[in-house]
Amino acid sequence: MAEDGINSFMTGPDEQGRFGIFGGRFVSETLMPLILDLEAEYEHAKTDPSFWAEMDDLWKHYVGRPSPLYFAPRLTEHLGGAKVYLKREELNHTGSHKINNVLGQILLARRMGKTRIIAETGAGQHGVATATVCARFGLQCVVYMGAHDVERQAPNVFRMRLLGAEVVPVTSGRGTLKDAMNDALRDWVTNVRDTFYCIGTVAGPHPYPGMVRDFQSIIGRETRAQLQEQEGPGRLPDTLIAAIGGGSNAMGLFHPFLDDPSVRIIGVEAGGKGVDERMEHCASLTGGRPGVLHGNRTYLLQDADGQILEGFSISAGLDYPGIGPEHAWLHDVGRAEYVSVTDTEALEAFQLLCKLEGIIPALEPSHALAHVTKLAPTLPKDHIIVVNLSGRGDKDIFTVAKHLGFDMKV
Amino acid sequence: MTRIDAKFAKLKAEGKKAFVAYIMGGDPDLDTSLAVMKGLPGAGVDVIELGMPFTDPMADGPTIQLAGQRALDGGMTMDKVLDMVRAFRTGDSETPIVLMGYYNPIYARGVDRFLAEAREAGIDGLIVVDLPPEEDSELCLPAQAAGINFIRLATPTTDAKRLPAVLKNTSGFVYYVSVTGITGAAAAQAAAVGPEVARIKQSTDLPVIVGFGINTAENARDIASIADGCVVGSAIVKEIGAGKPLAEILARVADLASGAHSA
Ligand SMILES: Cc1ncc(COP(=O)(O)O)c(C=O)c1O
Repeated sequence: MAEDGINSFMTGPDEQGRFGIFGGRFVSETLMPLILDLEAEYEHAKTDPSFWAEMDDLWKHYVGRPSPLYFAPRLTEHLGGAKVYLKREELNHTGSHKINNVLGQILLARRMGKTRIIAETGAGQHGVATATVCARFGLQCVVYMGAHDVERQAPNVFRMRLLGAEVVPVTSGRGTLKDAMNDALRDWVTNVRDTFYCIGTVAGPHPYPGMVRDFQSIIGRETRAQLQEQEGPGRLPDTLIAAIGGGSNAMGLFHPFLDDPSVRIIGVEAGGKGVDERMEHCASLTGGRPGVLHGNRTYLLQDADGQILEGFSISAGLDYPGIGPEHAWLHDVGRAEYVSVTDTEALEAFQLLCKLEGIIPALEPSHALAHVTKLAPTLPKDHIIVVNLSGRGDKDIFTVAKHLGFDMKV
Repeated sequence: MTRIDAKFAKLKAEGKKAFVAYIMGGDPDLDTSLAVMKGLPGAGVDVIELGMPFTDPMADGPTIQLAGQRALDGGMTMDKVLDMVRAFRTGDSETPIVLMGYYNPIYARGVDRFLAEAREAGIDGLIVVDLPPEEDSELCLPAQAAGINFIRLATPTTDAKRLPAVLKNTSGFVYYVSVTGITGAAAAQAAAVGPEVARIKQSTDLPVIVGFGINTAENARDIASIADGCVVGSAIVKEIGAGKPLAEILARVADLASGAHSA
């Protein structure tokens, strides 16, 4: 492996919940006992076959897993280089990868006897997934969503309400994902005895980052098997590419391949209007530095005084000034690469996939696709790229229409 | 012995309860905030908790969130918080000052540099909400080594199993958060809090001070009577936020202090 002394990249987090210096448990005392309970419950569930049997059953019959690994012929031909495969997480029930993790957390909440579920959401995909699973199990559900996101993701707000969830618009800060997470934490600390916080990405205090990754790793495990079915025994992807908000769809795809040195791993952050001193982007690794927020140490967009900056991205799901701690570590040890693409590039890739493959992607994976359009043409035709198509674009058509100057009013 | 230890020893000798007041540093601007701070000891405040503003105050309710926002909008920085303490110390070398806030602004400055500057400026203790005992090596242990008290929060969810860990590296005093919740939440009743405080006092000789939700002199008296003192934050910050004149703010503080001191 690339780094001295690292035999495996798959063993983290350690007992302190750290990936190198990243991660940890930076929460108030009120939450600590619950976080320790959750860790114990998860450690127990992890090795309990009945827990995974229930997950597998729901993944198969409720979510529709496995999601297809689809060779994209016209996109491949258009780019004229590497073979591009799409991992079709957008075909999951509720339209994104988010439900993989939500099911795991809700099963844990049930084991812990919690009756009230809270969640934060940016694009609304995690909120919809949480509202859905809560409806499925008859649990009370409260979703915190930045007021700005409530506006730009209106269809998902209505979906959550239809599913019986209470959506709380958050007006503190700039009204995006970071502020929604603050308010969810405030709710949790107030209602800690009966409430389970279902975090939507590989961030937050230990054990969340590792736990959410484990639930999302089904993406990478399926990819590994499916590619061999299609390309022959032993064939691994050459490059994995995924978009990064907090980093859960990316960790889910990457993790099962971390110890395969031939697999190049690339995370794509939201470059917004460009990664420069104006800081109108959400590229925490490219444009931030280590700090402590929302329970973990990781790379953050912040000023010299340690005040957190608001990110900026056309994509509500990537609009977060931090990134999961495991990505911060993979970045520092050099096992994964992180790049950024701008709003404009993502919008172009969005349209390209619609036209070439008949698939309307969400704006989040459109960032990953934009990087593919840059990389694939430079690679040989026998090189295999797998992109995580983490969600479908139905929720984004209003935003895209606005940017393309199309009047949606009827 | 820090100023905090000395103050509590003195109060104990006098048979008095402590009144601790919280204000946000730089709210709404440095001059106003410093004027309030200078007036606190005269209004009966025994220990000052000075908030360091942070963009993402996850443990605070709307009142203190807005105060932090005002301070940041007014150009408050860590340097200016330290300047405020220095300016206060030119006229008061006795009243303990506890800096209260979140870890990231300290981490961004560098722990060693922060502790050296804090000590030099005249800060006696720290309350850092997002550093539980599990993260003691980050700041708690270096602070103690630098002669600064690290004051920990104990909460209703801190059960008997966990209490020893919470008390282990705590110094100065123990801050008992009377409700599960954020600052400014509804006040707990003294009858419910009393047994909890007694439970903690069985395990430590440190003073136990109770806070969260106290907003009247009566409340302050009731809570102080079952502990070694009480903390009032949001009720004072609200007056500052409403733009009240200095004399009115300090009169309100004096009223709350008299409640605590009558216990
Ligand atoms: C479709 C989709 N992809 C990606 C993301 C980003 O989250 P993460 O980085 O955790 O996968 C979101 C978040 O809302 C999303 O909805």
